Amino acid sequence: MATKNAGRQVLLQGNEAIVEGALAAGCRFFAGYPITPATEISEAMSYRLPGVDGTFIQMEDEIASMGAVIGASLAGVKAMTATSGPGFSLMQENLGFACVAEVPCVIVDVMRGGPSTGIPTHVSQGDVMQARWGTHGDHPIIVLAVSTTQDCFSITVKAFNLSEKYRTPVIILADEVVAHTREKIRLPHPGEIEVLDRIRPNMPPDWYIPYENNSRGVPPMSSFGEGYRYHVTGLIHDVRGFPTERPDEIVPFMNRIFRKINQHFADIQMVHEESTEDAEVLVVAYGSVSRSARRAVREARQRGVKAGLAQLITLWPFPRQTMEPLLRKVRAVLVPELNMGQMSREIKRINQGMTRIETLNRIDGTLITPAEIFARLVKL
Amino acid sequence: MTRYEVRLSGSGGQGLIVAGIILAEAAGVYDGKCVCQTQSYGPEARGGSSKAEVVISDEEIDYPKAIKPDVLLAMNQKSCDTYIFDLKPDGILIVDSTYVKQVPSTRALAIPFTQMARDDVGKEMMANIIALGALATLTGVVSLTSLEAAVLARVPVGTEELNKKALDIGIEAAKNLPKENAEKEVSYENSLNE
Repeated sequence: MATKNAGRQVLLQGNEAIVEGALAAGCRFFAGYPITPATEISEAMSYRLPGVDGTFIQMEDEIASMGAVIGASLAGVKAMTATSGPGFSLMQENLGFACVAEVPCVIVDVMRGGPSTGIPTHVSQGDVMQARWGTHGDHPIIVLAVSTTQDCFSITVKAFNLSEKYRTPVIILADEVVAHTREKIRLPHPGEIEVLDRIRPNMPPDWYIPYENNSRGVPPMSSFGEGYRYHVTGLIHDVRGFPTERPDEIVPFMNRIFRKINQHFADIQMVHEESTEDAEVLVVAYGSVSRSARRAVREARQRGVKAGLAQLITLWPFPRQTMEPLLRKVRAVLVPELNMGQMSREIKRINQGMTRIETLNRIDGTLITPAEIFARLVKL
Repeated sequence: MTRYEVRLSGSGGQGLIVAGIILAEAAGVYDGKCVCQTQSYGPEARGGSSKAEVVISDEEIDYPKAIKPDVLLAMNQKSCDTYIFDLKPDGILIVDSTYVKQVPSTRALAIPFTQMARDDVGKEMMANIIALGALATLTGVVSLTSLEAAVLARVPVGTEELNKKALDIGIEAAKNLPKENAEKEVSYENSLNE
């Protein structure tokens, strides 16, 4: 990435840091439709992309945006779009297409109060389940949550890497607070960042079998126009990409697209733990709420309460392997979130009676404060 | 205590978010501190209430918003009435006396920012820059050289001289305030030694 700011400390908004992260990861195509609180991503992309030989298109809506992103990615360009709840709903149909056709792309959803047009300028975490199950049918998906401006940069790079590595759409869940908070961050030099690209076919075009299974479960992906002819469809397809209704082809296909994610949990699932070694009570948080939680946990520690924090970076696939041992050893768990309890539901599901789960929910468009978490934490 | 919180409040269109960004850039990029700048505003482009917050610290900032502001700048009556109760007991209240007619505390530092912007600079929209100059002078939260650098880096090309003038007017106005009102106890340097 050629940027005059590399290596410098700059004051950036979360949204702007997402753009810088995307460009650093090699994103050269953005199609989107502006929406509060994600507009700054489109805006920054519109003036940053032309400078790096990239393409920015403002589409007529979010359905088309997602379609354009899939097309660009199939042509071999790393592509991204950004939206908020209402637009994210519109993207779901084509998002499913990207899952089935195994097209790498990154979708940023900056969460605002919902449902419907909801509370456009205020914070929420109401799209956690939509990110997982918004598009229909069984499908694997990777969803990452950001909490700081630095996260916005580094997690976006990670999102592109995962998406290229596993040929899957990756969703970045931001929220209004992290998107609009300006913080000082250091933009790394290009050489300091690990950037992964999709595996491309190395056999002659005639030998290319586009959806053939392999040990990783991720077939090499050719770009359109390179001479490798293949068929792309939303229908369940055979190894050559053509629609199939044969059970002996459907089952291996579905199993493979799940296996490519499931067998790489260790690479995909990220949880940031703080003071969990000797914790008796645990706060599980993600997004901007984890910042309130971090302060509350530190204050509780100062008062002698053995509190710990598990900050979820990867929301889906849910990091069960990391969370289960934590749940087993603590007395109680508090899950603060800006919705009616979407992630706490998942934590209760895996809990199976190991510990006590309490929730702290806020749905009024304001961030949960450290004091609220602290007050609950000391009573757990 | 290393956390120092500033809240800039008023109505939409008074340039408070821009002022917040400039203050954060001065403290973060030019003074080298950790900063977090947040904002809250309604769907309206003008009117409605607007609020920008800057948290400045020597270490990594966890909660990004102000918890108990050390400084409150109120550019209209409504924001003054709403946020005065959040201010720390010994915090600094700075009001734009053009719009804030009922001051809730005798310790409030009143300067007619908007009036000065109209009369001395000739542009009412410069009130935010005047207020920043005064705020930095009264609190010491950022060095004036850093603030000037941040202002000049952020404002549109061609308006540098005017903004510099506005900043100087603000600094002068703060210096000329009656001494007994200038509450130095909670300035940034002093708060570090607590």
